[in-house]
Amino acid sequence: MPTPLLEVQELRTWFSTSSGIAKAVDGVSFNLNAGETLAIVGESGSGKSITALSLMQLVPEPAGYIESGRILYGGKDLLDLTWEQMRSLRGKDLAMIFQEPMTSLNPVMTVGWQIREAMEVHGKYRGDEARQRTLSLLDKVGIRDPKQIVKQYPYELSGGMRQRVMIAMALSNDPKILLADEPTTALDVTVQAQILDLLANLQKQLGMTMLLITHDLGIVSRVAHRVAVMYGGQIVEQAETKQLLSNPQHPYTQGLIASLPTRARRGEDLYTMEGVVPAPTAWPVGCRFAARCPRKWELCERVIPDVYTAEDGRPVRCHLYSPTELDKTKSPAEVAS
Amino acid sequence: MIGYIIRRVLYAIPILIGVCFITFFLFYMTISPQDLARRNLSAKNPTQQQIKAWEIQHGYNKPKWQQFVDTTKGLFLFDFGRSDSVGGGKIITRLKQSWLPSFEIASLSFIASLIINLTAALIIAYFRGTYLDTFATSLCVVMMSITYLLYIIAGQFVLGRLMRISPIAGYLPGWESLRFVLLPVIVAVISGFASDTRLYRTFILDEINQDYVRTARAKGVSESLVLFRHVLKNAAVPVITNTVSAIPALFLGSILLENFFNIPGLGNYLVDAINNQDFAVVRANVFIGAIITIVGYMMTDIGYALVDPRVRLE
Repeated sequence: MPTPLLEVQELRTWFSTSSGIAKAVDGVSFNLNAGETLAIVGESGSGKSITALSLMQLVPEPAGYIESGRILYGGKDLLDLTWEQMRSLRGKDLAMIFQEPMTSLNPVMTVGWQIREAMEVHGKYRGDEARQRTLSLLDKVGIRDPKQIVKQYPYELSGGMRQRVMIAMALSNDPKILLADEPTTALDVTVQAQILDLLANLQKQLGMTMLLITHDLGIVSRVAHRVAVMYGGQIVEQAETKQLLSNPQHPYTQGLIASLPTRARRGEDLYTMEGVVPAPTAWPVGCRFAARCPRKWELCERVIPDVYTAEDGRPVRCHLYSPTELDKTKSPAEVAS
Repeated sequence: MIGYIIRRVLYAIPILIGVCFITFFLFYMTISPQDLARRNLSAKNPTQQQIKAWEIQHGYNKPKWQQFVDTTKGLFLFDFGRSDSVGGGKIITRLKQSWLPSFEIASLSFIASLIINLTAALIIAYFRGTYLDTFATSLCVVMMSITYLLYIIAGQFVLGRLMRISPIAGYLPGWESLRFVLLPVIVAVISGFASDTRLYRTFILDEINQDYVRTARAKGVSESLVLFRHVLKNAAVPVITNTVSAIPALFLGSILLENFFNIPGLGNYLVDAINNQDFAVVRANVFIGAIITIVGYMMTDIGYALVDPRVRLE
C-alpha cells in the first residue's frame, strides 16, 4: 500500500455568484501518493482546476471560498494554517504551473528575475547561488541558451519557452508536489508533446509527486499513473491508468473513452455524449450525470449515488455498483417497493 | 531613443507654427490694432497720429503676413519683445519672474499628489471588497462632487484664519515663498485626490486579477510584495499616462489658484494679459504653454518605455 503524501477529504469549494451558490467542487476526496502522477480528468466546468487551486488555497477571492473539507499534508490540515503559514508552503512544498503561459508571467520583469524571486522569497537559495541555480534550472527544462534567456522578458519568448520557464520556476525550490493545471492546453500540438515528455522525465528524475489537471485522455495515458475522473464537481471514478482506459466502469468514463478515436474503429463515426454539464449553481438532486447517462434508472434522478467499490476495488460513484442486492434487470422503482 | 527625441522635436515645429497661426488668426478675429492702440494709449482720446505712432512702435503697421512671420520668428527665438500694454516692459523679464512661483506650485503639487494618491489607491486596493473600500470609494465620489472653489475658500479659512499656518494669499520670493505656496499646493492636492485615487484604484484592480499575480502568489510571494512589486510596476503604465500628460495642465490649470491666492505666476500673468488685450503677452504665454504640453507628452512616451519593456521608442 503506497503512503499518501497528500490526502484530500470531502473538499467543497463554492462560489457565491449572482445566480446563487456555485458548488464548483462538491465533496472531492483523493489521495496523492509519494512519487506518483495522478491525473484529474474532466470537461470544462467539472471543477478540476478549482480543485487544484483549492490545494494551493488560491481560489479567486472574494467570490470563491473553501466551504469544508480537509487537506492533509505532513500531518497537518492545510486548511487550518494561517495565510502566512500557507504562503511559506506555496512554491516551496507545493508548486503550481498554469494553463496560460502567455499571461502567467509578469510582463514587465525579466525571466531570470522572476525565477530568482521564487527562490528568494523562501530563502532556500540566495544571491549568486540563486543566480547559478536559475541557469541550471533553465538548462534542465531544455532551454538552450539560459544566459541569454534570463535577461529576456516574457513577450520575447514563445509559448513553449514560457511554459518551460514556468516549469523551471515551479521546480526552483525542489517542491514535493507539483500541480500542473492543463500545462499543455494552450500550446501547439508538437510543443505539447515536448512539454509532456519534459514533465514526465522531471517527475521520474526528481521523484516528484505530480497532480496533472487535464481534459485530454491522450495526455493521461502518456504520463499518469492513476486517474481520477471528475464530473459535476465530484470524482466519479478513480483507477490505475491502464485499467481505467481498458475497462472503464462509470458510464461517464465509458462515454469519454468511447468518444476517443482509435485505430480499431477507423472510419466509423465517433461516439458522442448528448447534452452538457449542468450548471454548478443548480446541480440535479440525483446523480449529476443522470441526464446524459445511457444506463440510468429511475433511481438515478432521485438519489445521488455514494462512492461504491467496483469489482477490482476501484471507487466509482454510480448506482450500478451499489452493493445492495438489487436485481439489476428490474427498474429501481420496482426494487424499492 | 535619441532618434525618437530628435524626431519628436522636429514634429514639434509644425505644431508650434500652427499654434502661432491660430493665436494670430483669433486675435485679428476679435480685435483690430486700432482698438488695441486706443485701449493701451495713456491719452483719453488719442489722435489718429498717436494711434499710427503706436502701431508703428509695436509693429502693427506692417502687412499681416509680415507681422505673422516676424512675431512667430521672435517666439521661436525666445525673443518675445515688449508688452502691448501701457508700461510696455520686456516680456522676458516678467516671464523670468513669474515662472518660479508657477513651477513651485506645479512641481510640489504634482509630486505630493502622485505619492499620496498612489499610496491611497494601493491601500484601498489592498482592502478591496471590504467596508473600507466601499467607504473610501464613496468618500471619493463625495469629494469629486465638491467644487474646487470650496476647497480654496475652506483652505484659506482653516489654514489661514484658524490655524494661522500659512498666509491667506500673496507671495514673497526666496525660501519665504514656500509658506505662501503651501496653501495652494494643499488645495491642489485635495481637489485632485478623489478622482485620481479612484482612477488608480481601478488601474491597480485591473492588474490584481491578472494571471501573473496568481503566479506570484503561487510562488509564495507575500501579498504586500505582490502589490508593491508586481502590480505597481504593471499599473505604472496607465498611471504615467494619466499623471505625466497632466503636467502641462497643472501649469496652466494653476490660473485659478494663482488668481485666488494672488500669486504672481504664469497663470496670473496670462489672465492679466487677456484682460488687457495684451496680444504680445498672450502670444508668448500660449507659445510657452504649447511647448510645455509637447514636452509633457514626450515625457509620457519616454516614461512608458522606461516602465514597460514591450514599448520601444524608435
